[in-house]
Amino acid sequence: MTKLTLSRALNEGLRRALEDNPKALIMGEDVGRLGGVFRVTDGLQKDFGEARVIDTPLAESGIVGTAIGLALRGYRPVCEIQFDGFVYPAVDQIVSQLAKMRYRSRGNIALPVVIRIPCGGGIGAVEHHSESPEVIFAHTAGLRVVACSDAADAFTMIQQAVRCDDPVIFFEPKRRYWDKTEVDTAAALDGALPLDAARVVLGGSDVTLLAYGPMVKVSVAAAAAARQEGRSIEVIDLRSLSPLDMATIAASVKRTGRCVVTHEAPVFAGLGAEIAARITEECFYLLQAPVLRVGGFSTPYPPSRLEEHYLPNLDRVLDAVDRTFAY
Amino acid sequence: MQGHDAGAADLVQLLTPEGERRDHPDYPLELPADEIKALYRDLVLVRRFDTEAVALQRHGELGIWASLLGQEAAQIGSGRAIGPRDMVFPTYREHGVAWCRGVDPVRLLGLFRGTSHGGWDPAERGFHLYTIVIGSQTLHATGYAMGIQRDGAVGSGEDGEAVIAYFGDGATSQGDVNEAFIWASVFNAPVVFFCQNNQWAISEPLERQSRIPLYRRAAGFGFPGIRVDGNDVLACLAVTRKALQAAREGQGPTLIEAYTYRMGAHTTTDDPTRYRLASELETWKLKDPIERVKAYLARSGAADTSFFNDIEAEADQLGARLREACRAMPDPEPLSLFDNVYADPHPILDAERAQFAAYLDSFDDAEPGGPGPAGTRPGAELAGGEAGR
Repeated sequence: MTKLTLSRALNEGLRRALEDNPKALIMGEDVGRLGGVFRVTDGLQKDFGEARVIDTPLAESGIVGTAIGLALRGYRPVCEIQFDGFVYPAVDQIVSQLAKMRYRSRGNIALPVVIRIPCGGGIGAVEHHSESPEVIFAHTAGLRVVACSDAADAFTMIQQAVRCDDPVIFFEPKRRYWDKTEVDTAAALDGALPLDAARVVLGGSDVTLLAYGPMVKVSVAAAAAARQEGRSIEVIDLRSLSPLDMATIAASVKRTGRCVVTHEAPVFAGLGAEIAARITEECFYLLQAPVLRVGGFSTPYPPSRLEEHYLPNLDRVLDAVDRTFAY
Repeated sequence: MQGHDAGAADLVQLLTPEGERRDHPDYPLELPADEIKALYRDLVLVRRFDTEAVALQRHGELGIWASLLGQEAAQIGSGRAIGPRDMVFPTYREHGVAWCRGVDPVRLLGLFRGTSHGGWDPAERGFHLYTIVIGSQTLHATGYAMGIQRDGAVGSGEDGEAVIAYFGDGATSQGDVNEAFIWASVFNAPVVFFCQNNQWAISEPLERQSRIPLYRRAAGFGFPGIRVDGNDVLACLAVTRKALQAAREGQGPTLIEAYTYRMGAHTTTDDPTRYRLASELETWKLKDPIERVKAYLARSGAADTSFFNDIEAEADQLGARLREACRAMPDPEPLSLFDNVYADPHPILDAERAQFAAYLDSFDDAEPGGPGPAGTRPGAELAGGEAGR
């Protein structure tokens, strides 16, 4: 076991992927010599060469479009989108081409492309550097959408994503890049939790708290605070946003009877809405309260001096937990 | 705008509209008569294929058709220049190139009939699926070419591989096409950009896309651009051959602007009389891509009446085969709509498939002759569920 930052764990995972598969490539803006603006690809170009770790021109549609071409040729590109708010120029290639090619080709074509996107706020950034666009991709058939929350998971999930024959949109919580956790870099990938499975981070009996990416840490802290007040919160890290691991979610909610979903993205038409609908369908008679959602507001992401009010925090999560007990 | 006129000076032409051979110092072409006759056969057969497809749409057998009428030489000339190991990235109008790659025309009809989004194996044919979003495929082509570089399959003479990306004049305004030019240029990728400038992007004339001739755009990106008479099958063959060979040998991309004309509507749903003059069409009819080859073959004595009659008979057979095959094409099974979304199991989708299968099965108990599932009652496609209750 080694204590690694989330950024370093991704770096180690990518290194492993490049070693394991000669067809794996890394491409993006500043991923080579600089090692990425968050240093996730630090040192990889030096060790694997410019043909496999490619500094691209500055155009996101071009990054994804050429990655599709490389995948058609048999490669496994891992694209880095530098910031969440810069993915939109690539959305056409992702939604209209990457997601649909297997379907269009009746299974003749696989596009094993990974698109890494640093996401979320909390770093005091200027506009377009703090967004949570995951639901755009979760709404698109043909994509797998995942979010890592800590270093240990990041290390295995990025390797699983590269191995996956479907396109994977891989969200990385940028305000957690420098958080350290124990990582077993020697562990075999085969025994790891599957990429599409949720993980019970903390057992509990009174209410189920669902989170992913940057909100997992907030949720664990909220559970610790609630415990002192005698309330037992079960925290589940969704990990996979599409597909959703409804079996794990429903099993928990059927036990607790209460559920709160939290994410940084706006609540309206967010992932929480889909989860609430599905829980209602699957657990209706066992629910003690409606599923509540805690997330961003129906505003654009605010200037950073306001983000502490925009981002769901421990108090807002616990406020929602309290409200589920008021029914 | 004057800048778009295809003056003789900057237009590569090896066969005039009157059917006279011309030489070009940069593009010498020695073709045996048999090969020119084979090109003529291609031209006639793809035009017949296209004509049949328009008719099938009019008869309700196809939902829509994008006609290649007028662009046969650009497609057959370039298409016959492509080597067996090369890869093609087409738009949705490259029926002539598909023909050259051996894609069964019936597969193309299926796409426009609505039985599939693309029914051929791109790797097997060296011909990618049709791309409908304008310009997207130019990036795929460039990425594929970067893969050829990584495979060491460039610059190796006979074994070299290259890519050709097709697009139209309208697509040159797209960001993706410009990004593809940049990528291909800075990575020196083995890709040929083949732009069929057919003068119209549905109703928008070329002047709405560019102030300068399109081939000159290449200079700004740092690679050669060449304008060829797109209605001259020999010139298109020679120019494309040279550009592909340059790409295979590691000399990087070329932009070819095939100067041609869309003789038909954009698609069968379009009405060009609303935006262009009939006189323009008449002018271009005089430059017809097939007539000039016929005139050359007849005048040179390379082909006689029986040759032309035989080709016509073959075209008739092709037409009959296509009509029959199109009408016989079955609708896909309802549950096939869930197939091939993901490589690995997907619990949400799998649950939807199971639910829909159970829903369809519920009609098995319905009274004989009563309303059934989708499609058994006119206009009931979406209301089938209600009908069964």
